[in-house]
Amino acid sequence: MTVVTKSWKALFCIFILSFSKNSFAQENHSSDNGSIHGNFQFDAQYYQPDSLIGAPRVPEKMLSNAFGNINYNKGNFSAGMRYEAYNNVRQGFDARYKGNGIVNRFARYKTDLLDLTVGNIYEQFGSGLTFRTYYEPGLLYDNSLDGIRVISSPLKGITLKGLMGKQRYFFSEGVGIVRGGDCDININELFDSLMRNSKTHIMLGGSFVSKYQADLDPDLNLPQNVGNYGGRINIIREGLSFMTEYAYKINDPSSDNKFSFKSGEAIFTSLSYATKGFSFLMQGKRIDNMSYRSDRNESLQSLLINYLPATTKQHTYSMLALNPYATQLRGELGGMAEIQYKFKKGSPLGGKYGTEVTINYSSANGLKPIGVNDSTTKMTFYKTNYSDIGKAYYSDFFIEINKKFTKKWKTTFVYSNQFYNRNTIQFAADNAGYKNLKTHIGVADITYKYASSASIRLEMQGLFAENNKMVSNSNLVAKGSWATALLEWTPSGNWFFAIYDQYNYGNPDKSLQIHYYLGTFGYNKDAHRIQISYGKQSAGIFCVGGVCRTVPASNGITISITSSF
Amino acid sequence: MKKLAILTILFLSFSVFVKAGDGDKIPSATLKKLDGSKINSNTFSNNGKPIIISFWATWCKPCKKELDAIAETYPEWVKETGVKLIAISIDDVRSSSKVVTDVKTKGWEYEVYLDENQDFKRAMNVNNVPHTFIIDGNGLIVWSHNSYSEGDEDKLYENIKALIKGEKLTH
Repeated sequence: MTVVTKSWKALFCIFILSFSKNSFAQENHSSDNGSIHGNFQFDAQYYQPDSLIGAPRVPEKMLSNAFGNINYNKGNFSAGMRYEAYNNVRQGFDARYKGNGIVNRFARYKTDLLDLTVGNIYEQFGSGLTFRTYYEPGLLYDNSLDGIRVISSPLKGITLKGLMGKQRYFFSEGVGIVRGGDCDININELFDSLMRNSKTHIMLGGSFVSKYQADLDPDLNLPQNVGNYGGRINIIREGLSFMTEYAYKINDPSSDNKFSFKSGEAIFTSLSYATKGFSFLMQGKRIDNMSYRSDRNESLQSLLINYLPATTKQHTYSMLALNPYATQLRGELGGMAEIQYKFKKGSPLGGKYGTEVTINYSSANGLKPIGVNDSTTKMTFYKTNYSDIGKAYYSDFFIEINKKFTKKWKTTFVYSNQFYNRNTIQFAADNAGYKNLKTHIGVADITYKYASSASIRLEMQGLFAENNKMVSNSNLVAKGSWATALLEWTPSGNWFFAIYDQYNYGNPDKSLQIHYYLGTFGYNKDAHRIQISYGKQSAGIFCVGGVCRTVPASNGITISITSSF
Repeated sequence: MKKLAILTILFLSFSVFVKAGDGDKIPSATLKKLDGSKINSNTFSNNGKPIIISFWATWCKPCKKELDAIAETYPEWVKETGVKLIAISIDDVRSSSKVVTDVKTKGWEYEVYLDENQDFKRAMNVNNVPHTFIIDGNGLIVWSHNSYSEGDEDKLYENIKALIKGEKLTH
């Protein structure tokens, strides 16, 4: 059931016993004894079937996700473990998260010269194009590497990393072995005597990652070892910052690329300038066949070794994120530009507290794959050109104004114009048959602070879909125009109450023009929080690691407890 | 399963003997400065004065509200108590280049570090952002709070002042 082996359990028991002995010996608590901390989260939902909104009948009636971390720290040493429990996993998450167990445990000894970790490892090389293991409990994203890692800084300015292991796969491990190394050089620190007074900071880096998976295919001659290597440079001078990373992967036939023998490459670049009250940021990337997993047959968010960040704006308001974008691992060309300006306090547009304006434009397009004659039914080849731009996947023009009028009144206004290629982003097929979606979205967010720690917040959002007539046979597809209102009352810093109504007034099917009401209250103290909601939630899309998944509509009670100690 | 139960019991009993919670040192994690160099979290210091550590992200609205609210009175806080605020961004590569542009545009005068792969967030057992800690003059974590609502910054400052006077912190 669990990935913990007997030897691991024994090891942990020894750790525990040796430390408890210490703590018995010294009654007075002092930090030299080390410390134990942890956190805990529990989310449970009671489901009521609702055929109108498409909420399915859940046989268990109630489903829950939970985890707890316990970490021990003493000087240079740390160890920890995480227990996860799914009874059964909540709707909208991968059903392969089944059962309970310890899915993460590690021990680490860390000094500047030598930093050793055994167990589950989270690490990132450069910007992650070659390697990133990461944990995000809200999305149940965990591709930790179970193995060993060594980090060393033999000279000031140089950091070397090496690691090896297998990745977490639900309650077990993926079949592939992942090995990698990274070298990070800070030129200023390395040549300290020469560059001490230099205003320019230069960082260089290089990484190499390789995965091994046996070739059991009867027909194809698949590469068993697949290498992925990259180089990067980062130059910072006062407010100016430039970063670029390039990665190249040898041919890696997989279910992601329909077993194509083409090599992969990725380039990610960012340029920014920032000074007090003004900033400018540009990002660009080109990704071609860069999905990289420790099991070539896997899909969704499982066993990804690298990370290909989306360059589109990350939204928090629900209507702006109703149709979210995720990097298309097979290939895309993306970019964004953002300007931020703060009108000074006391200026005509700044008023008493200043006014902040953000303008952002981002877009993503496909590549134009050109078929190559060598392709057979089992084996495909194609090529792409840097100068070719393919189909439009997504674009977003966004303006946000943040304005505090008085000590009591704060406001945020947003306008966004989005283009969303549903076939590609949501269904990963250029010919899924859905129309592209064009939306105008407006948000007004007003906070009124009526006492020292009491406030009322009203959030109004509207999403106006241009292709309003679009009729689809799937109720997982967001339908037409929406209006949303949220009223949140915080009578003290500890309590909050909220009423949320999401109204699908523009649904082409009149009987589905439904109000999704949701009432929530929460209590907060220190680092503990409990939250209870009751009502309907519409189907939504969540994207992670280049993959979007749909969360079905639901109706019922949700309870959420988080605690950190 | 039996072994698991034993393991859990051992951990629980262990935590009774070693008081978990307040009064521990900042765990060690490597963070990135805005100039690209690295810093270890266990070297945070403020000459015997308190430190506020605030976990935030460029996409987190309440986090930015909190740091904006503190920024308005931060010079006074520093003058009166000598406190220092360290803002830890948990943005990943997708948005980490936005950290410097946000900080500069807003004119925040905090020390800002990047925790791109969230090593420090995990070491500090932060579930969600915003999450704020107070570190006393001896470098011990004495208070923490999750989430932000209007006016929380005043309570935070009350606690800083109480800490300076040597009083017990309220929550």
